[in-house]
Amino acid sequence: MTLTLSEPLFNALLAVVKILFVWAMTLAALLPNLIWAERRVSGLIQDRPGPNRVGPLGLFQAVADVLKLMMKEDVVPLYVDKVLFTLAPLITLTPALVTFAVIPFGSSIPITWNGAVRDVPLVIADVNVGILYIFALTSLAVYGIVLAGWSSNDKYSLLGGVRASAQIISYELAMGFSAAGVFIAAGSLRLPAVVEWQHAHLWNVVPQFLGFVVFAVAIFAETNRIPFDLSEAEAELVAGYHTEYSSFRFAMFFMGEYANLIAASAVVTTLYFGGWSLPGVAFTGLWGGLASIAVFAVKTAAFIFLFLWVRWTLPRFRYDQLMELGWKVFLPLSFFHLIAVAAFVAASGR
Amino acid sequence: MESYLPILYFAAVGAVFPIAILVVMALVRPKRPNPAKLAPYECGVAAPTDAWDHRFSVRYYLIAVLFVVFDVETVFLFPWAVVYDKLLLFGFVEMAVFLYILVLGYVYVWKRGALSWA
Repeated sequence: MTLTLSEPLFNALLAVVKILFVWAMTLAALLPNLIWAERRVSGLIQDRPGPNRVGPLGLFQAVADVLKLMMKEDVVPLYVDKVLFTLAPLITLTPALVTFAVIPFGSSIPITWNGAVRDVPLVIADVNVGILYIFALTSLAVYGIVLAGWSSNDKYSLLGGVRASAQIISYELAMGFSAAGVFIAAGSLRLPAVVEWQHAHLWNVVPQFLGFVVFAVAIFAETNRIPFDLSEAEAELVAGYHTEYSSFRFAMFFMGEYANLIAASAVVTTLYFGGWSLPGVAFTGLWGGLASIAVFAVKTAAFIFLFLWVRWTLPRFRYDQLMELGWKVFLPLSFFHLIAVAAFVAASGR
Repeated sequence: MESYLPILYFAAVGAVFPIAILVVMALVRPKRPNPAKLAPYECGVAAPTDAWDHRFSVRYYLIAVLFVVFDVETVFLFPWAVVYDKLLLFGFVEMAVFLYILVLGYVYVWKRGALSWA
């Protein structure tokens, strides 16, 4: 049987297949396992078993948790701003999920169509402003958190929301300045181009180590992870911006945080650790494409582990320390890094 | 524009998926509100006023204003970074002047204590 498809239809079909693949990887495979992994890693670090009863090795713990959260009563307190209270978890979760659209998760896979072989690049949308898209979406996540804090009409939530917004915008500056160094090197804002440049030359983490350090620390602040989780510091703010949330709305913040974590790890991998590439290895053909996906997954997983490791090792900062660190240490460092990279490129060519 | 189309599909699924779960599970979950449950979280006493009547530190406003100033600079930086290999020395000097002015403002803000929280 020969199937004839028009060009746009074929492209749309390809896009749908890639989207399904990415959803399956992130939502169905990574996200639940990450909830489990966090608790197992914390157990490992604190010398206790962690969840090990639900299913083999406790692997079904996350499924049980999410199901439980779905079945619980959804309390909407009387004095909240109902519209914003309902919207806030969505505004947190959706941008976090949509970030994956521009991240190249593999090299390419050859597909025969209408008798001709074409290489299908393994990225959902190859847009020429890739990194701006990601920065825009991470900024949108601020709205979710600040609106959750505001609409809850609870002073702990409000303080958590305000803190989170100030913290995220502060570290976004250092993040933007340090990332600019990568684009001087690659000469493009397209993420596949950044990966290809690193594949042809050198992983950015080597020549731009300072930029990587600033970027990585900024990501901890952007995702509200320990040591920078001041927005939900439970010793002072109960649970911060999601104090008033329960049931699946709470789960949405929870999933949003983990989706952000996965996305942030994927972005660091792409910008500084060569994305799907390995030095000296050409990923061609079907098996090469599949292998490149595996390489990307392993690198991303390594970063996710780093996030978990840091969370269960370091204590929380104080809020004034956090803000002064961002504005007085990381911002000047990122200025310096940018000037240094620009001077080096001007002196030596690319 | 065609390359943005998949993002649209992606965003649609990303928005519909949580809403669908929220709506479907509303059929199963219990709904038994009572006045104590619906009160804002407080340590046992009723909250005297709405939370949004409270004022919070002016530093948050300062940070927001400073952020806008510096973020606009990054908007200039990204296109500059992309074409940097064609500008080289000219681009470097030009951006050095630009960043010099920016750093002057930064030092001023620092000296005035706008970046201190203690």
